[in-house]
Amino acid sequence: MLETARQQAYDGGDGVERSEASAVNKAEHRSLYKKREKIYPKKVSGTYRRLKWVILVLTLAVYYLAPWIRWDRGPSLPDQAILIDIPARRFYFFFIEIWPQEVYYLTGLLILAALALFLVTTLAGRVWCGYSCPQTVWTDLFVAVERFIEGDRSAQMRLDASPWKAAKLGKKALKHVAWLLIAAATGGAWVFYFADAPTILVDVFTLDAPPVAYITIAVLTGSTYLFGGHAREQVCTYMCPWPRIQAAMLDEDSLTVTYRDFRGEPRGPRRKNKPTEHLGDCIDCNQCVAVCPMGIDIRDGQQLECITCALCIDACDNVMDRVGLPQGLIAYDTLSNVDQRAHGGKTRVRLLRPRSLLYIGIILLVGVIMLISLISRSAVDINVLRDRNPLFVTLSDGSIRNGYTVKILNKDHSEKLFRLSLQDMADAGIQVVGSDPAALTVKSDRLASFRVFVTLPKSQMNDESLPFTFVVTDLSDDSETRHDSVFRGPGK
Amino acid sequence: MAKIKETDAVTGVDTTGHEWDGIKELNNPLPRWWLWTFYVCCIWSVGYWLVMPAWPLISDHTKGFLGYSSRAGLSKQIETAQARQGVYLERIAAADLEEIPQDAELLEFALAGGRSAFAVNCSQCHGQGAAGSAGYPNLNDDDWIWGGSLEAIHETVLYGIRSDHDDTRINDMPAFQADELLSREEISDTAEYVLSLSSDRGDAGAVARGEEIYVENCVACHQEAGAGDQDLGAPNLSDSLWLYGGDKASVIASINTGRGGVMPAWNARLDPVTIKQLAVYVHSLGGGE
Repeated sequence: MLETARQQAYDGGDGVERSEASAVNKAEHRSLYKKREKIYPKKVSGTYRRLKWVILVLTLAVYYLAPWIRWDRGPSLPDQAILIDIPARRFYFFFIEIWPQEVYYLTGLLILAALALFLVTTLAGRVWCGYSCPQTVWTDLFVAVERFIEGDRSAQMRLDASPWKAAKLGKKALKHVAWLLIAAATGGAWVFYFADAPTILVDVFTLDAPPVAYITIAVLTGSTYLFGGHAREQVCTYMCPWPRIQAAMLDEDSLTVTYRDFRGEPRGPRRKNKPTEHLGDCIDCNQCVAVCPMGIDIRDGQQLECITCALCIDACDNVMDRVGLPQGLIAYDTLSNVDQRAHGGKTRVRLLRPRSLLYIGIILLVGVIMLISLISRSAVDINVLRDRNPLFVTLSDGSIRNGYTVKILNKDHSEKLFRLSLQDMADAGIQVVGSDPAALTVKSDRLASFRVFVTLPKSQMNDESLPFTFVVTDLSDDSETRHDSVFRGPGK
Repeated sequence: MAKIKETDAVTGVDTTGHEWDGIKELNNPLPRWWLWTFYVCCIWSVGYWLVMPAWPLISDHTKGFLGYSSRAGLSKQIETAQARQGVYLERIAAADLEEIPQDAELLEFALAGGRSAFAVNCSQCHGQGAAGSAGYPNLNDDDWIWGGSLEAIHETVLYGIRSDHDDTRINDMPAFQADELLSREEISDTAEYVLSLSSDRGDAGAVARGEEIYVENCVACHQEAGAGDQDLGAPNLSDSLWLYGGDKASVIASINTGRGGVMPAWNARLDPVTIKQLAVYVHSLGGGE
C-alpha cells in the first residue's frame, strides 16, 4: 500500500510544513511477506548533511583516484601505487610489496579495521553505517541523482502516482541510464586496482581487456545499480550482519542519534486559539520521518534499522529554528545522558571507559605486532622440508644420511648468492644436488628449491632425533636466515 | 473444497481459501525476491539446455550450441602441456646422459619427469621413496650391485636384471645347498665368515673354516674380503648394507638359494627419454656415483 502524499501547510502560521510521512519500516509494520514500500527521503540541509556530502566526495575520490597514483619501483616492476597483481601473485601498496605467503599482513589489517570499527561504534555508534559505508555513500549518490531528475519527495510521489506518459517515461529512463552509468563507472574503477590503470582503461574501451575484466565490471555494475538504486535500505536491514552485531558494541555511554522524549512529549501541533501548555516541544511535523532514508521514526527509540545518518537531526533543528524553540530535540547523545537530562541529573560524556580502553589497547597491540613484523621482514625467506620417505638412509660405511628440500625465497629485485651451512651439527657433511653449498644462486623475485643431503657418522648418532639449524647466509651482506630442523636416524 | 478467502482473526493474515476439516491454510507467500530468483533460474536453465550438453539420449546426449566438452578441454590442456614439454624432451633426447645434470633447467625437468615415471613404474618394488625392501634394493644409499654411475643406472633400467632382454645384466650365483655343493655346516661357517667382514663376530674357528670355503667357492665373484665386483653384479659383502638382510639366517638363505632377483627391461615399455629421466632421477637420490 502506497501512502498518500498530502502536504499540508502547518496550521500554526510559522511556515513549517507538516508531512504526512509514515515510517514504513516501523517495527509494527514490518513483515517478511510484505512487498517493499518505497521510501521517498525528503531533501534536507544542515550540519550533518554537509558533513555527509564532504565524506561522500572524499570517499568517492579515494575510490576513483587511488589506482591512478604512480609509485616508482624500478624498471621491471609495475609503477602503480596500489596494485593487486593476481597473475604475478603480488600485492603492491606504496612502499610495501606483499607475497602470497605474507597474506597475514592483510589479515592483520582486517583485524585492525574490525577493531577500529568496534572502537568507533563504542564511542559514537554506527557512524560507519551513517557516513562511510559504501552502501550509504552510493545510495546517497543515487538518491541525489534521482532528486535531480525527478524532483524532491512530493514530486517523486506525484510522478509515481501519475499515468505512464512521455514525460514520466523520459524522466524514469533518464534516471535509470544515469544510475547505470554511475554503476558502470563503479565497476570500471574496480578493475583498475588489478591491472595498470591507464592501460586497462584503454583496453576496456578498445575491447582488448581480458574477459574477467568485463565480467567483473558487469557484476559490479549490476550489484551497484541494484543495491544503490533499488535495494537501498533493505541491504542494511536484511542483508548486512552489522546491525545485529552492533547491539553488543553499543552501551548506554555511546553517542547515538536520540530523540529527547522527555522534552518532546506529548507531541502535537500547535493550533491557533488552542492551549499549548500541555504539549512538549515536538510539534509532530513528521519532518524527521520524511527525511529518513531508512523509513523509520526516530521518536520510536533505538532501532535496528537506524544507520545514524543524523539527517533527522538536521530536519528537526531546522524546524526548531522556525518555531523558535531550542535545537537539539533530536541530537547525538548517549542513552544515559538522555536519562539524566530527563531527571535533571548531571550529564557527562564518557569517552574513556573500560570498553573503549580495551579496544584501544588491543588496537595498539595488534598495530605494534604488525609494525614489528613489517620492520623485521626479511628479503629472504627459507623453508625446509624433511624427507619422510625414507626417513633416513644408511650408507655402506654405516653413516646415516637425511635428505631435505631447502627452499630459498629471494624477495629482492636482484639475483643473490647464498651459503648454506649447519649449526649444532659439527661433524656432519653437507651436499647440495647440482650446486655448491657455499654458493647457491637464487634469481631475483624467485623461489629456488635445493635438494640437500646431510650425512652424519654413525658414531655421532646419539639419539633417534637430533635437532639442528640450517643457516642461509646472504653473501652480499652476510645477513643470516635460520630454519630449525631435525636429523633422524636409527638411534644408538 | 470451499474457495472462500478470509482474513484470519488471530494473525491478521489472509487464508488461501483451502480448508480441510475446518483447518484453514494461511497465505504466507514466498518472499518476492525468492520467487523472482526462482523464475530467473528457470529461464536461465532453458538457455543452459540449449547451449550446454544437457539431455541424455539413448546412446548419446545433446551437445549444446557451444560445443562444450570437458573431455575435449582436458585433451587440449594435455596437448598444450605436451607441446610445452616437447622442447625439453627434445633437448633431453639429444643430450648425453652426463650433460643433463650440468644444465640446471634440464636437470629440473628431468628430475620432475623421472620422479613421476618412478612413481608409476618403479615404486611398486622399490617403494615410493625408493627406499626398497628385502630383495628390492634401496636406491638412496651408495651401495650399488651393478654400478651407480649415470651410465650404469641407465643400462640397468634399459635392459633390466635377469630379464628376457638379450642385453640384460645377468649372473648366476649357485644355490649351494639346493645343488648340494656345500653341507649345512659348511654353509653356516661361510655365513659366519661373511658376517665377520662387516662386524666383530666371535667364534674364530667357524670364521676360519668359513674363510677357507669362501676362498674356494666365492672369491671369484665376491672378491677378496667380500669387496664385491660391480661388473659382475657381485654384491659387496663387507659393508653394512644387505639386500636380503644382514642376520645369519638371511645370509644362510642367500647362500642356500643363490637368490637371483629379477628386474624387467624397460626399453620396450618406456621411451628412451623417460628412461634417461629415470636414470637422472635415481642417480640424484643421493647414492649416485
